[in-house]
Amino acid sequence: MDSFLMLFSEYDVLHAFLVNIELTLWSALFSMLLGTVLVMMRISPISSLRAVAGGYVEFFKNMPLTIIMVFMVLGAFAQLKLSFSDVFATNFFWLAVCGLSLYTAAFVCESLRSGINTVPLGQAEAARALGLNFMQSATQIILPQAFRGSVAPLGNTLIALLKNSTVAAAASVSTETSSLMSEMIEYHPDVIVSIFLIFAFGYVILIIPIGMLTTYLSNKLAVRR
Amino acid sequence: MTEQNSEIQRPMAALVPGAEDPRSPLVELSHVEKHFGELHVLKDINLTVGKGEVLVVVGPSGSGKSTMCRTINRLETIDSGVIRIDGRPLPQEGKELASLRAEVGMVFQSFNLFANKSILDNVTLAPIKVRHMDRKEAEDLAMELLARVGVDSQAAKMPSQLSGGQQQRVAIARALAMHPKVMLFDEPTSALDPEMVNEVLDVMVELAHEGMTMICVTHEMGFARKVANRVVFMADGRILEQNTPEEFFEHPQTDRAKDFLSKILTH
Repeated sequence: MDSFLMLFSEYDVLHAFLVNIELTLWSALFSMLLGTVLVMMRISPISSLRAVAGGYVEFFKNMPLTIIMVFMVLGAFAQLKLSFSDVFATNFFWLAVCGLSLYTAAFVCESLRSGINTVPLGQAEAARALGLNFMQSATQIILPQAFRGSVAPLGNTLIALLKNSTVAAAASVSTETSSLMSEMIEYHPDVIVSIFLIFAFGYVILIIPIGMLTTYLSNKLAVRR
Repeated sequence: MTEQNSEIQRPMAALVPGAEDPRSPLVELSHVEKHFGELHVLKDINLTVGKGEVLVVVGPSGSGKSTMCRTINRLETIDSGVIRIDGRPLPQEGKELASLRAEVGMVFQSFNLFANKSILDNVTLAPIKVRHMDRKEAEDLAMELLARVGVDSQAAKMPSQLSGGQQQRVAIARALAMHPKVMLFDEPTSALDPEMVNEVLDVMVELAHEGMTMICVTHEMGFARKVANRVVFMADGRILEQNTPEEFFEHPQTDRAKDFLSKILTH
């Protein structure tokens, strides 16, 4: 018990978790937007758009996140001079958000596609038969139903994103949990079990409500047919 | 059967505004061919439907009648041949096709009401989005049409809260809200419980009497006798017979039609 008190007083564990939550929320927002655009491209009548979106999803789905994060720092920042801020920490925070968003968008796209598969073909046919164009049928009929049908897989994607946010360490975000954990282990190897427990329980506490909310929402929002 | 003959003398296109030549073809299919992979589903289909005409398409399942119906607003593409609506050939995908579809009403076997929209929004969506009608005007129109099909009291509900018959009547109102030149009915009563078939057929009969041009794929032979100007019999992807309902039902020409009628009329 003493070891916990010592660790909490010596390190700002809550702040580290806050950094991960921030990374997650921003990445969730951007990956949701990008994933929605991607899934619309995937169901669009224009075959080149379908091919581009399909290629994107396959590429990022099969690419290890660490490689993407390292690329954001060594490739996008160091070589391509992509920079968000002169402040070191801010810059790498947004580079990490970029990497996470690009990666997670592929999974958001796939989640939404599974939601689109729950929308009967007749819904799209009825929309087309009334003279609605592709964008109108997508935004009015198909996507609203697809979102409601993909709450569960989107929730899982969010959980994965929160855990993946620890890979931001690879993008030099030094204040987040896994960086802090390494630091704590380095200086206090004698209480390594306590350190593990802190972070393990921290994530469990964060993730269990997401799972419960997902289950609740997927029932509540399910489209009645 | 003679007492029914007087009933089918319904007014022709004279009632339809803007019909210069009442018998000019509104829908015209010529030499239409379609394959689903190996399957040859439409074989040299030639068909014209005049303004104000009510055409009933019958035939055994798998005869291509639904497919033919769906080619008319290009929900199914065709391999060769020409389909004209009001003299204009069907456009390719895109803006023009959307505007043509807006003028061709379609009612599906499975209703296909938008599950995420209320009954009222189902009817107002296309007038607002496609015709750019303002919301108030669209809602007035929708309520008037919903009253006409007898479901105005359900306007605030979601589709899943309505019975099949009510849903299908809403679907008809939704199509009518676009003031279509022609209405396509693709087996509109086949998914309904028996006691709900009539409420939908009544709406269709009323529409027919108002002079709407209608192409109905249906198994409702009573409806065909009552309001059709012409019955088209399809089998194996071909149109085998076209005739007035009384001639078709009393004196079918082909063995295929005789066989079909004997199977559906003997119960």
